[in-house]
Amino acid sequence: MADLHTTPLNALHRELGAKMVPFAGYDMPVQYPMGVMKEHLHCRARAGLFDVSHMGQVILRAPGGYAGAAEAMERLVPVDLLGLAEGRQRYGVFTNEAGGILDDLMIANRGDHIFVVVNAACKADDIAHMRAGLSGVEVEEIAGRALLALQGPAAEGVLAVLVPEVAAMRFMDVGVFGSAFGELWVSRSGYTGEDGYEISVTEGQAESLARTLLAHEDVAPIGLGARDSLRLEAGLCLYGHDIDTTTTPVEASLSWAIQKVRRAGGVRAGGFPGAARILTELAQGAPRARVGLRPEGRAPMREGTALFAAAEGGEAVGHVTSGGFGPTIEGPMSMGYVPRALGAEGTTIYAEVRGKRLAATVTALPFTPARFKR
Amino acid sequence: MKFTEEHEWLRVEGDLVVVGITEHAAEQLGDVVFVDLPEVGTSVTKDDEVVVIESVKAASDILAPIDGEIVEVNEMLADEPGKVNDDPMGDAWFFKIKPEDLSQMDDYLDEAAYKALVG
Repeated sequence: MADLHTTPLNALHRELGAKMVPFAGYDMPVQYPMGVMKEHLHCRARAGLFDVSHMGQVILRAPGGYAGAAEAMERLVPVDLLGLAEGRQRYGVFTNEAGGILDDLMIANRGDHIFVVVNAACKADDIAHMRAGLSGVEVEEIAGRALLALQGPAAEGVLAVLVPEVAAMRFMDVGVFGSAFGELWVSRSGYTGEDGYEISVTEGQAESLARTLLAHEDVAPIGLGARDSLRLEAGLCLYGHDIDTTTTPVEASLSWAIQKVRRAGGVRAGGFPGAARILTELAQGAPRARVGLRPEGRAPMREGTALFAAAEGGEAVGHVTSGGFGPTIEGPMSMGYVPRALGAEGTTIYAEVRGKRLAATVTALPFTPARFKR
Repeated sequence: MKFTEEHEWLRVEGDLVVVGITEHAAEQLGDVVFVDLPEVGTSVTKDDEVVVIESVKAASDILAPIDGEIVEVNEMLADEPGKVNDDPMGDAWFFKIKPEDLSQMDDYLDEAAYKALVG
């Protein structure tokens, strides 16, 4: 484990009694003494603090300011960035020439530059991809800043005590605010389906900010275990599991993240890697789709479980990409890929669990209603 | 009471052996959300997979610690899998087995040896 990276909160995690595991090359807390189930429920009921400092923070600057950087970046993502207002962010994906997904990311308009947050496991590749694909754009990997997420219905009340400006933010707003913890880069977004914030803070102030947030009675530290069950209940993709280079954004049911101007007939249609396939799938439908699944019994259907159209016989028609138990829905839940013909809500699918075919129902995502502040 | 290195406990009850998992195992598993029990009447051989426990983290197998026939399973765990975390050494036993050869239990650890194993 000597080669693992650590975040600025490593000592705090240990002090809080976290069980640490290697994740994307980092030594990260998978759970605290509260346990995955209670951490999950606490986040939905009050507020949870997550250390997501392992994620990549990158600034893109171009001679043309935001518009210059956005114009260049649109060559790598099927997202309307020129139409993104200052102080707003969008979800997007990097695509490859085959239309597959290299990573998913958040892209913010910060006035004179772009700020992006990418997945830890992909960040080195993403940065190389941007440096290669964005000629004339300065790609700066931000070193020396931690990233915290404060999520849950109490998040606004807790953070607004320290940074009053955050109360007025809406879902997917971004802002830079001075504070007792130095300059904070805040977005009103997250990975739980709850209202909340993601907060970039200098490494030197990260622990102090985390301790201050945790001192609030509504806030508990949340590990990677509950982060995963929260995001799955929220119907959100985990890169490398639900989406990867073999899935297109249309198959992944992420068409909503491709705005009209980038689609066929749009002012800036195509022009991103894999556009031919992705635009065709947008127009004609993809052969398969990522769907939510609710197993009928209590047995969780885990990642890799084969899916079948019938209770007996036949070849596998798809597989589960994420699966587990949802503490809020008090039952098992999965996401997976099925042929388009079997993707309608209410369709019964069969999953082979330990040699037995168990029924599951195709279900609308998210499993729990999103509670964003729109 | 005897213990296996796989963190199961075995308790003789009349001519049957009751099997469950230890507190240490329950703690390591995390919150249990599903228990897949064997059918009563199943004949098992030592090291057969007889129970699957699903926690919020992962699925784990419980192996038959001895040869015999499953004569009773703890149906309560189907509805209340969380009992495995609340009372692993008591109410949350998994199954009762009619042993073929009770001397198979001699291979297992006594409480002191098990405590030494888990620290």
